[in-house]
Amino acid sequence: MDLTLTPEQETFRETVRTWLRANIPEEWARQTVAGSDIPRVEAYDLLRRWQRTLYDAGFLGLTWPVEYGGRGLTFVEEIILQQEMALAKAPPVLNVLGIGMAGPTIIAYGTEEQKKRYPAKILSCEEIWCQGYSEPNAGSDLAALQTRAVRDGEHWVLNGQKVWTSFAQFADWMMLLARTDPAAPRHKGITYFLLDMRLPGITVKPLRQITGDAEFNEVFFDSVRVHESEVLGGVNSGWRVGVTTLMYERLTLGFGLQVRLRIALDGLIEMARRVEKTGRAVTKDPLTRQKLAQLWIETESLKYTGARALTRLLRGELPGPEASAGKITWVDVNQRLQEIAMEIQGPYSQLRRGSEWAVEGGAWAHSFLRSRANSIEGGTTEIQKNIIAERVLGLPKD
Amino acid sequence: MDFGFSQEQELLRATARKFFENECPSTFVRARMEEPVGVTDGFWNKLAEQGWLGLVYPEALGGSGLGFVDLTVLMEEMGRCVMPGPFFSTVLLGGLAILEAGSAAQKNEWLGKIAAGEARTTLALTEPNARWDAAGVTVTARQGGSGFVLNGTKLFVPDAHLADVLVVAARVAEGKSPEDGVSLFLVPRDAAGMTVALLPTMDQTRKLCEVTFRDTPVDAGALLGPMGAAWPSIARVLQRATVALCAEMCGGAQKILEMTTDYAKIRVAFGKPIGTYQGVKHKAADMLVDVENAKSLTYYAAWAMDENAPEAGLAASMAKAYVSDAYRKVAGTGIQLHGGIGFTWEHDLHLYFKRAKSSEFTFGDAAYHRERVAQLISL
Ligand SMILES: Cc1cc2nc3c(=O)[nH]c(=O)nc-3n(C[C@H](O)[C@H](O)[C@H](O)COP(=O)(O)OP(=O)(O)OC[C@H]3O[C@@H](n4cnc5c(N)ncnc54)[C@H](O)[C@@H]3O)c2cc1C
Ligand SMILES: Cc1cc2nc3c(=O)[nH]c(=O)nc-3n(C[C@H](O)[C@H](O)[C@H](O)COP(=O)(O)OP(=O)(O)OC[C@H]3O[C@@H](n4cnc5c(N)ncnc54)[C@H](O)[C@@H]3O)c2cc1C
Repeated sequence: MDLTLTPEQETFRETVRTWLRANIPEEWARQTVAGSDIPRVEAYDLLRRWQRTLYDAGFLGLTWPVEYGGRGLTFVEEIILQQEMALAKAPPVLNVLGIGMAGPTIIAYGTEEQKKRYPAKILSCEEIWCQGYSEPNAGSDLAALQTRAVRDGEHWVLNGQKVWTSFAQFADWMMLLARTDPAAPRHKGITYFLLDMRLPGITVKPLRQITGDAEFNEVFFDSVRVHESEVLGGVNSGWRVGVTTLMYERLTLGFGLQVRLRIALDGLIEMARRVEKTGRAVTKDPLTRQKLAQLWIETESLKYTGARALTRLLRGELPGPEASAGKITWVDVNQRLQEIAMEIQGPYSQLRRGSEWAVEGGAWAHSFLRSRANSIEGGTTEIQKNIIAERVLGLPKD
Repeated sequence: MDFGFSQEQELLRATARKFFENECPSTFVRARMEEPVGVTDGFWNKLAEQGWLGLVYPEALGGSGLGFVDLTVLMEEMGRCVMPGPFFSTVLLGGLAILEAGSAAQKNEWLGKIAAGEARTTLALTEPNARWDAAGVTVTARQGGSGFVLNGTKLFVPDAHLADVLVVAARVAEGKSPEDGVSLFLVPRDAAGMTVALLPTMDQTRKLCEVTFRDTPVDAGALLGPMGAAWPSIARVLQRATVALCAEMCGGAQKILEMTTDYAKIRVAFGKPIGTYQGVKHKAADMLVDVENAKSLTYYAAWAMDENAPEAGLAASMAKAYVSDAYRKVAGTGIQLHGGIGFTWEHDLHLYFKRAKSSEFTFGDAAYHRERVAQLISL
């Protein structure tokens, strides 16, 4: 057991740290919302530029192969980068779904042509990706998806609808799951497509969320013609490919999530120091201290649980039970953190952006509302628990 | 960066698992619960033969010179079988106090004997005020005669009735701070005016005592560490013992998770194994999450101890806060998912449930350690 870094890794840390100090955009410090883990619409332009800057400096795709635009480094460097970004309160990357999911999946399953074509542009933020999995009648039960793709010569013709598709209104590409063989068993008739969002027949309708923002969308396909070269991982093999994407999501986004959580917690503590309740700083209130300390402890535990999972990966072992604990813990801690932020603000938590009385410009009201999605997006907590019970603990399937 | 156990450590785990399955089945545990001693000479000698009584003592003092991460592995296995007996009190409390604070002569006298299974000791720290901080030490040690005279009462002292020598924390002077003025003394079992009374405990695998001193004389050579300035040593011992306890608790929690999932696979209700039902599945998943996070924090704390990392104290408190809650919850859920059978004396679950409860309060409960975390992160 050794959590120390090699001299090369220490040097890398130093390089990242120095670079961040010099390059974090000034506007960010002003716009930054301490409690926010998801980029907000009004920050997109800034974040696009920021990702490009990170890419040009060589800090993106650290673990991706060099020939596909990456750096060929290990997950240790990736974690160092994420930690330093947290410490520096750096803006997040915009193309999260591309970097966290599309890129790694394409690198794992793509043809040589696909691997040359897509990953680098994901890193540089030239092409933003969204994930078209969920449908009105297929959420948790993803394999129930009904969007159809029918072969027509060299093309597949798409009809159907996706929903809750984050970033679809800005995305250039979509990871799309569609049914290509309705006669096959549910999991066997699905194909994974790389879909150009500019093709004719695609309509994107933003959906307003409880935050008031429109972050996710409905996406309709009306006889959209996709070329067969855009199939990823083989016709009717989409389930396997799609599940890989979800594994990457849990892994790569996992590191980032812990780090963003730590940023949010630091922000919460800073805010709490300034809030007075019955004549003293709320951080001196014994109950609040208990709650903040518990958040701290669990945020740290996520870090070390992540380190254990990473170690298995670096040793070339299969993921262990610790890998499953991450997402559930993160969701629980973040939602509790947001509740506590509201509690600390008391009546002020009712105010949102626009009121000069609102704490930190009403940012916490937004991140509080946004956190309700955490236990739904990327697989609900109930589904995560089913997976742990059945796959990790071996309890019988229903 | 590698945050996993080494091959040697995995080997130690396998050896220990097998050893305890053979030597410490629940029939053995239950027999020890019923009698005051809580251990057999045979079992104790076997622990010594394995080298486990001196695992973390330096080789020069008769130990194996291993670290806290190695110890973590062993403690997890001990927790798994709810091992009874004075291991904790002897090796990790009294023994570590001698290692931390003792003179070369004191270390030479005791640590080799402890490692060889020839001597037992404990740390008499807490008192009826039930505090784990320095302010809790009110037993007095007055200078007099050729040494000191002790007066007062210690409570919750583990295995004092088995100790050849007790390491006793006492106040030699009222200092500027509570830490100031605390000394440690080596008090032999037959010291005049000292009485040891075994307390009936809920967790019968852990024997606790009341120790009273009525004008108990100890000679000047009994002083362990600097006069009036032993608190830093005590704090270090507590920190280390806390981490070891957390590891033991993780081992117990892991075992309950396994017992419960095994049972849920075979117990049939409404025509199906109960593990088929989501009410059971989701609780089992919650148990796993608690157990894994508990391990992560504990392993980190053990590593921080070995590294003498500046954040080791914070790491220990983070672990104890989390693990105290986790073990209690996991043990409670384990009983729940077993239904009526889990509520019986015959089933082993209550051994773990009670161990979880006694461990929760040993070295400070979750609330105590969360407050410490709050202080250490400058809240
Ligand atoms: C903010 C946000 C962003 C999103 N972004 C995307 C995106 O970019 N791309 C995309 O494809 N999807 C996205 N989603 C969709 C998300 O993946 C789904 O909402 C999620 O998988 C749940 O599906 P559902 O909404 O249909 O709920 P349902 O599946 O209908 O679930 C309803 C409730 O029933 C429970 N439930 C369902 N089945 C079971 C079961 N077997 N056992 C126990 N309980 C069960 C669920 O846990 C939930 O509580 C997003 C969602 C949100 C909230
Ligand atoms: C102190 C005590 C006193 C008692 N006194 C009496 C008495 O006087 N008379 C009497 O007749 N009985 C008595 N009982 C028995 C009691 O009613 C049963 O223990 C109880 O009904 C549970 O049954 P079980 O023990 O067989 O557990 P099981 O039915 O085997 O249940 C084990 C676990 O599986 C869960 N489970 C089972 N089925 C499902 C499902 N479909 N969905 C989700 N979870 C499920 C249960 O909730 C439980 O957590 C007593 C029990 C106790 C502990």
